[in-house]
Amino acid sequence: MEVIYKKPESLKEEVTTYCPGCGHGIIHKLIAEIIDELDIREKTIGIAPVGCAVLAYNFFNFDVTESAHGRAPAVATAIKRLLPDRVVFTYQGDGDLAAIGTAEIIHAAARGENITVIFVNNAVYGMTKGQMAPTTLPEQKTTTTIYGRKVNYHGYPLKVCELLSQIDGVYYLERVSIDSVPNIIKTKAAIKKGFLYQIENKGFSLIEILSTCPVNWKMSPKQALNWIKEVMSKYFVPGVYKDKGGQNG
Amino acid sequence: MDKKKIKKQLLTGCEAAGEAAIHAGCKFYAGYPITPQNRFPEYMSKRMPESGGVFIQAESEVSAINMVFGASVCGFRALTSSSSPGISLKQEGISYLAGCELPAVIINMNRGGPGLGDVTPSQSDYFQATRGGGHGDYRTIVYAPWDVQEIYDLTYIAFDIADKYRNPVLILADGMIAQIIESVKFKKEKKKLPEKKWALTGCKGRKPNSIKSLFLTPGVLEKHNWKLYKKYKKIEEKEVRYKTYFCEDIESILVSFGTCARICYESVKIARENGIKIGLFRPITLWPFPYNELEKMIERVKKIYVVEMNLGQMIEDVKIANKKNLPIYFYGRPGGGVPTPEEIYNFLIKNGSNL
Repeated sequence: MEVIYKKPESLKEEVTTYCPGCGHGIIHKLIAEIIDELDIREKTIGIAPVGCAVLAYNFFNFDVTESAHGRAPAVATAIKRLLPDRVVFTYQGDGDLAAIGTAEIIHAAARGENITVIFVNNAVYGMTKGQMAPTTLPEQKTTTTIYGRKVNYHGYPLKVCELLSQIDGVYYLERVSIDSVPNIIKTKAAIKKGFLYQIENKGFSLIEILSTCPVNWKMSPKQALNWIKEVMSKYFVPGVYKDKGGQNG
Repeated sequence: MDKKKIKKQLLTGCEAAGEAAIHAGCKFYAGYPITPQNRFPEYMSKRMPESGGVFIQAESEVSAINMVFGASVCGFRALTSSSSPGISLKQEGISYLAGCELPAVIINMNRGGPGLGDVTPSQSDYFQATRGGGHGDYRTIVYAPWDVQEIYDLTYIAFDIADKYRNPVLILADGMIAQIIESVKFKKEKKKLPEKKWALTGCKGRKPNSIKSLFLTPGVLEKHNWKLYKKYKKIEEKEVRYKTYFCEDIESILVSFGTCARICYESVKIARENGIKIGLFRPITLWPFPYNELEKMIERVKKIYVVEMNLGQMIEDVKIANKKNLPIYFYGRPGGGVPTPEEIYNFLIKNGSNL
């Protein structure tokens, strides 16, 4: 019988530790499928963040290291410079990348490091149970903004793709979302492009993925997907922010 | 000139340590400018690419140590250097290196503190160096060189020791050693480095490797930390280094480390010329501290003197070794002041070393 679907080799046989309806599972699977398709499992090195995805090394069936909170781009920089023929990617959440690790991501981008960054934006600190993230939306309620994020008190969310698009060292930036099947397919294409650009030695890529955190958003998984579509995507507008290899590059 | 043919050269402490790293097979250096060790990143920016390695001027001290973490993750010998405030910023990374059991070498050209302090030589980071500095139950091997040749020699072996124990090694020097220029004899360039099966290089032909310091399952972290403890005990047993001077017939002992010990050597020489039976005990490893060796020395004397360029930090370790409960006299120069040999000699006389 012909096999038309199977679990990617780049994923381990492991029970998930992510919550019901969490987007990490989908994103992990997409990455694993791409690594299989590009046949790079044996030369890929992943860098896990601090946050929910710190346990990525339990799920990915290739070499993965931990990194201190926000420091994944610094760790990736050294690995890629020393092993330029390996495929090196960081997997980071919004607290990790856009708050405590802002310096590291901006300077890795400015140096034009030939790495791929998977930036999972779910507008909340997930692992610590739902505090305000640097990407928490105006008026969004979290455990540290119980009356909603007031921009005149808590400040504005950080738009990472818009910010990084100003940096010369960046090769490719795209914001995607996992709120629907067509968008998941788009997400996969964006991640694949990021990996391919690295393999072609083009330089720094970052794919921002709008993802769900139903437990901390206090929503059902279905409501969470709808919230990305109706609310989050309006503030964090999906699209290509930079693509030096594309038509508008 | 072809560097490979040079056997001896006039170098600053920064340059000597950099050369030692290259001779020891170090392929990665990341740093950030801070006085009094600016010569270090400047020198390495030229020498690392020349010797087939990677130099990165990092955006921060935090980033520099995490780049070193990354280099170590994929199995390369890696180095960073800084001075006191910068070393404080690196402590998170050093804790992760220790937790993940990753080898690395970190050099601190100690300047005056606390805070921004000043830029002159100091030994005020002794506690930070020997008691951890970062969070968690861990230890860092600490070498304290007293001249430029010794920072070369100790940096050269630091990479072997770091690899052997899979543990960060810190070299605690100071602004004096960083900037002084002295003659340095080179060792052979290391060709064969230890194999690192645990390193992340892509999982070709093997099961995937992972590097981590997170152990959430109850009891697992405790097991991991007991494993570290056993390693630290072995280091305490095997890696103690110290030197003694003028200790044949002694009635009192002077204990000092690093630059300060080098000055004390001159003071003890003056004392000897004046018929005072005093010796010098110099710990070279500040951790593991030579407790047993110092204790044996203390058994032979009536008085202990401690001189440091700080408010009195190593003295805490001397007290641990002082099982005889002898009087300990302390002379300190905190805040970047460097004592003269005569100044220390006068302190010895004032506190009865001649009696």
